Amino acid sequence: MSALATDCLCKNFLGVQALRELSIEFAEGQCTGLIGPNGSGKSTLLHVASGLVPMSDGAIILSKQRLHCIKPHQILKYGMSRTFQDGRLIGQMSVLDNLLLAMAERKPFRALFQFRKNEDLARAEEMLRRVSLWDKKDVLANGLSYGQRKLLEITRAMATGADTYLLDEPFSGLFPEAIEIIAGLIEDMKKKGKTIVLIEHSMDLITRLCDHVIVMDAGKLLAQGKPQEVLHNADVLEAYLGK
Amino acid sequence: MDYLINLSILFSIYGILAISLNLLIGYTGLVSLAQAAFYGIGAYAAALLMTKAHMGFFPAMLCGMGLSACAALVIGMVLSKFRGDYYMIASAGCTMIVYNVLMSWREVTNGAIGIFGVPRPAIGDFVFTSNLAFLGLAAAFLVLVMLAAHLIASSSFGRVLKTIREDEDVARIFGYRPLHYKMLIFVISAMMASMAGSLFAVYLMFIDPSTFKLVENVFLLAIIILGGLADNRGALLGTLILIGLPELLRFTGFPTEIAAQMQKVIYGLLLIVLMFLRPQGILGKFRI
Repeated sequence: MSALATDCLCKNFLGVQALRELSIEFAEGQCTGLIGPNGSGKSTLLHVASGLVPMSDGAIILSKQRLHCIKPHQILKYGMSRTFQDGRLIGQMSVLDNLLLAMAERKPFRALFQFRKNEDLARAEEMLRRVSLWDKKDVLANGLSYGQRKLLEITRAMATGADTYLLDEPFSGLFPEAIEIIAGLIEDMKKKGKTIVLIEHSMDLITRLCDHVIVMDAGKLLAQGKPQEVLHNADVLEAYLGK
Repeated sequence: MDYLINLSILFSIYGILAISLNLLIGYTGLVSLAQAAFYGIGAYAAALLMTKAHMGFFPAMLCGMGLSACAALVIGMVLSKFRGDYYMIASAGCTMIVYNVLMSWREVTNGAIGIFGVPRPAIGDFVFTSNLAFLGLAAAFLVLVMLAAHLIASSSFGRVLKTIREDEDVARIFGYRPLHYKMLIFVISAMMASMAGSLFAVYLMFIDPSTFKLVENVFLLAIIILGGLADNRGALLGTLILIGLPELLRFTGFPTEIAAQMQKVIYGLLLIVLMFLRPQGILGKFRI
């Protein structure tokens, strides 16, 4: 069964077709790698699926509901959370507050009377310790290193307790220790039965973490299957290496 | 002594205004030039209800706050269609509309002549006639507003405001609806400004539209930028400096007209120097 699927999904940007009648499925409880050359539409797909960019045509099937329009504030209700390629933390807010953002009350009137709750703090401490950021809890997110920012971003997405995670290049530019921590987090999520959509360029990580791989090229589905099969597919090699 | 008391009353009233504007600009990133409109609505509501309907100060102030909240709901909805510089320009338009209504609706507001004889507040038989007693009242309201602003800033609501200030998309992705948050803080801020207006009307016992011009917003903006955005202590420090500075110039021995012009030059210079040295203001935590 799929946690997230697209049906003839199209996205046009001023005449440029970023997604062309894309119909794919992300199986529940699996880690699916989403790969393809730069400009193939991977990040656009994540933006459309999370409602940040409106779809031009087609539909997204989320929590068994066929949606032609998704608002970003609704995606958590559908059990989905995401990270961004460029690591969009709230730079002038502390590490702890960045994390608590994912846990707090959403309704404005109730949020006015809600302060840091002990159970949220305990959960935040546990999560921050896991990524070695507890010591930095009061530091502004702007003061973190690139790697620490990436760690905090994925931890913040996990703190929502969602069932499906869209991870946009969480490993890019990281040093090996941070890669291992994030890979460990993803493996833990898989054990908990979470659905993961992982955009990644490292084939080693894709092979290690993903149960299934979807290859996109020019906004279309190029190939899909088990990592080892797909990575030896002639069409995929041509799209990546041009031969 | 009475001079210092008068200065402290002005500090309390402008402190409330500065804190209210800081909630919008400093915490939420909404550069609004509509604050003088709500200040004016609060002042005129209190003055009219007290002089024409013989209402007591506290119910009149609450009516003014209610009226400002309603106006803020309408204005906030209109302003929500704009972003950045356009938001600022549209909000300035709101102040201009309110100012012109106060000037032109002579049957009710008395136009440019203003409203005289606004009575001082009273609790039972005790009337806040002396400035010292009135200072106690104004300071109590300032403390109340400071406490409310502190609670807002440290609540989950305040955390979302800071998120909206930096990245609305992130707020949305985490399930928050920025429009609802912006509307609520706009209404709260308008009610605080309205409270300051009511206090101003009963302090001077007279009001006219000249206090509620667009330039008043620029003065308030200067206060919070100087003191520091997203910090309530910064808003008070900015108020202290910009309310106190012209008074210090009185003692320089310059003729009044020259001192008045010098005051504006010094405001300008202070802001320019600050933008070079510390763009977030003296105690500020956020840069526009």
